[in-house]
Amino acid sequence: MRRVEITVNGTRREVDVEPRDLLVYVLREQLTLTGTNVGCDTTTCGACTVLLDGRSVKACTVLAVQADGREVTTIEGIARNGDLHPLQQAFHEQHALQCGYCTPGMIMAALGLIQENGELSEEEIRAGLEGNMCRCTGYHNIVKAIQQAARQMGSPAAA
Amino acid sequence: MTEVAEDLKQAERYVGGGVLRKEDPELLTGQANFVDNIVLSGMVWVGIARSPFAHARINGVDLSRVRELPGVVAAWSGEDLADEWAAALPCAWPISTTSFPTPTDEDPRMPDHWPVAKDKARFAGDAVAVVVAESRAAVKDALEAVEADLEPLDHVLSLDEALADGAPLVHDELGSNECYTWTLANEEVDRVFSEAPVVVKESYWHPRLIPNAIEPRGVVVQPAPAQGEFTIWSATQIPHILKITLSLTMGIAETKLRVIAPDVGGGFGSKLNVYAEEAICMAVARRLRVPVKWIEERSENYLATIHGRGVSQEMEVAADEEGKLLGVRARLVADFGAYLQLVTPGIPILGAFLYGGVYDPGAYFFECKGVFTNKTPTDAYRGAGRPEATYAIERIMDALARRLNKDPAELRRLNFIPPFDEPRQVASGLQFDSGDYGRTLDKALELAGYEDLRAEQAARRERGETKQLGIGLCTYIEMCGLAPSQVLAALRYGAGGWDAATIRCHPTGKVTVVTGTSPHGQGHVTSWAQITADELGVPFDDVEVLHGDTAVSPLGMDTYGSRSLSVGGTALFNAAQKIVAKAKTIAAHELEVAEDDLDYSGGKFQVKGVPDKTKSIPEIAFSAWTAHSLPEGVEPGLEATAVYDPPNFTFPSGAHVCALEIDTETGETAILKYVAVDDVGNVINPMIVEGQVHGGVAQGIAEALYEEAVYDESGTLLTSSMHSYRIPSAAELPPFQTDRTVTPSTTNPMGVKGVGEAGTIAAPAAVMNAVMDALHVEGVTKIDKPATPERVWRALREAKGGAR
Repeated sequence: MRRVEITVNGTRREVDVEPRDLLVYVLREQLTLTGTNVGCDTTTCGACTVLLDGRSVKACTVLAVQADGREVTTIEGIARNGDLHPLQQAFHEQHALQCGYCTPGMIMAALGLIQENGELSEEEIRAGLEGNMCRCTGYHNIVKAIQQAARQMGSPAAA
Repeated sequence: MTEVAEDLKQAERYVGGGVLRKEDPELLTGQANFVDNIVLSGMVWVGIARSPFAHARINGVDLSRVRELPGVVAAWSGEDLADEWAAALPCAWPISTTSFPTPTDEDPRMPDHWPVAKDKARFAGDAVAVVVAESRAAVKDALEAVEADLEPLDHVLSLDEALADGAPLVHDELGSNECYTWTLANEEVDRVFSEAPVVVKESYWHPRLIPNAIEPRGVVVQPAPAQGEFTIWSATQIPHILKITLSLTMGIAETKLRVIAPDVGGGFGSKLNVYAEEAICMAVARRLRVPVKWIEERSENYLATIHGRGVSQEMEVAADEEGKLLGVRARLVADFGAYLQLVTPGIPILGAFLYGGVYDPGAYFFECKGVFTNKTPTDAYRGAGRPEATYAIERIMDALARRLNKDPAELRRLNFIPPFDEPRQVASGLQFDSGDYGRTLDKALELAGYEDLRAEQAARRERGETKQLGIGLCTYIEMCGLAPSQVLAALRYGAGGWDAATIRCHPTGKVTVVTGTSPHGQGHVTSWAQITADELGVPFDDVEVLHGDTAVSPLGMDTYGSRSLSVGGTALFNAAQKIVAKAKTIAAHELEVAEDDLDYSGGKFQVKGVPDKTKSIPEIAFSAWTAHSLPEGVEPGLEATAVYDPPNFTFPSGAHVCALEIDTETGETAILKYVAVDDVGNVINPMIVEGQVHGGVAQGIAEALYEEAVYDESGTLLTSSMHSYRIPSAAELPPFQTDRTVTPSTTNPMGVKGVGEAGTIAAPAAVMNAVMDALHVEGVTKIDKPATPERVWRALREAKGGAR
């Protein structure tokens, strides 16, 4: 066992982990942040996407020990004072979720995409989401939602 | 506050408007309750050791090393657990072996399907041992230590192999790999085909598909040993059906079981089943008397959760010289895999009546042979039988158009059943509810810019461009709203097709709706609240909708087959009418008039001609609760339950147009335009309906271009992870253009038809017709799904006489 310190959604947390423990299970099972879902075992589906030091990563492919001393943001950490984050609000307004299982990862991937790139065309959004699978929506409304949120976040997406 | 479009507020109706979903906030903020989020005190983890072989004799399973590992609680073989099962896992659809509509009582060949294999493993993925440990990680370690002595046996993988003389048997005791042959025919078929001036025959293959709900399956069982009770949380579409079937398999009174489908992350048919792991977790909880959890991994899901399709077809149509259809003849062989799951035998039969499409040629013949193979069992995958039927008739319509040198749109118009708004009998025996197929096609062609596309196609052909254009149509029909119980009886399905709803009007004016449907992404909480709010004149925000828990909603038949709105929604509508009827009696009493003197609209009873003499439903709910002054014979409380058994199916239809570009040098396909115009009857929530079409079309495009479960010669699934089985991302899929026409269904009072499967039923044919439209001018005569770059490239090479 090894003790690691991870700042999760702005709060410093200390947890004892095995070297093999994946970040996603430490988040879900030790820190009880179950908003981050697991959908595959090959780093393909993206349901577990979180931000690590501001960049999107798949938390099933990060060892918890790799997150030692770093900052993690999960879906639970982006709403402010009870108001949905612009991405959450846009997903709601554009009907960009159905079963909602991919949604936390999809939103965190989109957040990483917008933060890293700013302005995004539809093609860039689609290419940027290549690692996040949704089986319900056909992505049509997800792309619209991300365009809407990007505009609201001050990074106007090209039409 | 609910966000409602302005026009809606003015209209004061929620139905038909784009009301945003009530379900979203918890899903958007990470507060949903999926099965894997459930943690119970003292809970142990279950893992399943599976056969790596397609077919093997189990000589023994040595679990001694497992039991010595730290954290391991128990480990059992199939033999060890044999006394846990009062019955094998259920197959609820033992379809008869002979013709509809005069079935005999002759059973299909039905093997026993034990949750853990005892003597033989019959597919790679069949459970051979169960381990129980204190943590997720300890289960993984324990599974590594299972030593199963499995002796590989000869196996059958392809349909031809399975049906060959002397083939190895999947189930020795059945004496054959054929499960059944089922036929539906009318008398004119042979004569019509022998006399017809034009007969076109083609063969099609529907690869096995892996459903890929993004949430894998999972089960948690909490026993209450003193009471002999169990609560089961399962990522399932069917909590009600699961309760009764688990009761039978486990030998536990149904009254001792409570099944909860919490938030469920997609299903697409794959969670319309009763699985070994649900029974195994029950058995472990009963033996150990502690809470138990099993969470499926994705690679495990590919082996242990049902696959879809796996059907070969020979399809023929007979026509006159102009292209007017005279008859249809379809022969299917369906790959059932190693066991019959819940409704495996019935899946091809859900399409059996639809091979005449929206054209209804008079002569009709359908035959399906179901076959066992040493592969993962198949069962319902979005569309279930109807995509296969649609694909066959819609692809052969294009083949007929090519034969007669006609435009495929023109050939379809020539053959459409004329518009109708009363039920209409077709040759296969169904009664279509309503339809206007020409209007739907016209709208789709206009949206797609069909004439311009054809001009562009001609120009590219003329210039001999590398990238050729293909344009594909699909004018589909599906039967939804499963199902009239009497029809199910004739098809030997083991349950009814009704559904139920309860409306409870609270004294404070708030309303609780309890539904027997079990949504997992379809937005029933929102749509049901819209219907209730309109019928009872209460605010949308005041309606709570409960579902997915057999203790809360004891009556229900769950969610599949695009049935929820047309069956469960109609039950809700009928329950609302019962509420209004009772409230009217009370209102008349309170207003001291006869019931006939009251008008009802917008939730208010008003004495005719006296606008200030009114009573609202919430007011009546309060007086029904106080019961201070009720009319004689009226019980206190304002609550009603309705159970609705549909008199007929519903028949959504539509026209989809796909325009795509094929690079004739690389075989790569790119969709340029996808237009879907669907007639799903009246619409409760257009936003949700559009979303269902988007997702359905995406899965249909994936079926046409990307997805295929592939086994190697040893029976090992090669497409064994999300890496190798290609479900499309946003980068592969186009935006969609959607629109609607409306012919209200004549089956139910709201005139609704259902939309869950439409896109998946229409899209594979639309896309493959476009592929063939581009390739046939290059000399290609046949191409199957999925039209991957390699397959297209090979087809082009062969057509040009080049080496393969």
